[in-house]
Amino acid sequence: MLRAHLAALNAAQAARRAAALVTDLENGEQRLVPEAEFASDPLAEAIEERLRLGKSGIVEIAGRSLFLLVRVPRRRLITIGAVHISQALAPMARLADLDIIIIDPRSAFATPQRFPDVEVIAAWPQDTLPQMSLDPFTAVATLSHNPKIDDPALAMALEAQCFYVGALGSQKSHARRLERLCAAGFSDAQLAAIHAPIGLDIGSVSPGEIAVAILAEIIATMRRKPPRAAKAFSSKL
Amino acid sequence: MLASDDEILREAQAWAEAGQMFALATVIETWGSAPRPAGSHLIINRDGRFLGSVSGGCVEAEVITEAAEVIEHGAPRLLEFGVADEMAWQAGLSCGGRIKVYIERVS
Repeated sequence: MLRAHLAALNAAQAARRAAALVTDLENGEQRLVPEAEFASDPLAEAIEERLRLGKSGIVEIAGRSLFLLVRVPRRRLITIGAVHISQALAPMARLADLDIIIIDPRSAFATPQRFPDVEVIAAWPQDTLPQMSLDPFTAVATLSHNPKIDDPALAMALEAQCFYVGALGSQKSHARRLERLCAAGFSDAQLAAIHAPIGLDIGSVSPGEIAVAILAEIIATMRRKPPRAAKAFSSKL
Repeated sequence: MLASDDEILREAQAWAEAGQMFALATVIETWGSAPRPAGSHLIINRDGRFLGSVSGGCVEAEVITEAAEVIEHGAPRLLEFGVADEMAWQAGLSCGGRIKVYIERVS
């Protein structure tokens, strides 16, 4: 691999852009395909399929074996609410290889003391999320339990087709949430994407247990379903 | 240290910028219950220092040995590992899967 290719793969990753490296396994020849050139590449179809699956692999084309290394943006979890559950969720998410960002306008909650080594932002979601360019490789979990804080983040996450959108709250409070979002113009199909009550139903009680349920649901959405992420990604190309 | 493939490629770039000679091993194909998916990386430098994994420990030693040759001569190599057989000295995967690993020099 050329150092330049290595640097380009890392630069794409840092900018949350996809990239593919094509290696001819016969002669070792390589070429890099940046996201902007996917559609016009001779291997467009194979690259898109691989991206959809998020899987690298070999394709046989015209008698040649080509290895497609596909790199998609890092999956990240944005948590709204610097609450007790978030304190448990942050280190767990990291172990599962998700980048984590916590947002809460209440500066008494969003402190580095409560979240050592985690990116914590004391601001309103509607002020800070636009700079983060939410995308189909981002998960958003709203945990503040306060509609003034959670609702704007949910709206933005749905619009950006985040691969996972989950909201803390009972069936009852979710029904009221759906009414508010419906009034804001979201369709039933869009609203069906919200996981609520949040987390897999494993009977969680403590904040740590609820964090496990949330993380498990995020992983299931990411790995199991035909990734919404990938579909949204293809339509973006 | 637990390193993701992103971290491995970032570290690889740091090695390259420091002028180190090293090899990049990548899982390119898997069958059955292989432990690491295609696209998983392992980097190995001249001194045998390494980061990452291609199998979760089963065949790394063999890959590291081959990597020394790749670093020396520059030509990439393609290795295939399957179930460990009676030839106990041969590296194998006890999980019953098979993997192909591509080793190339970074230059």
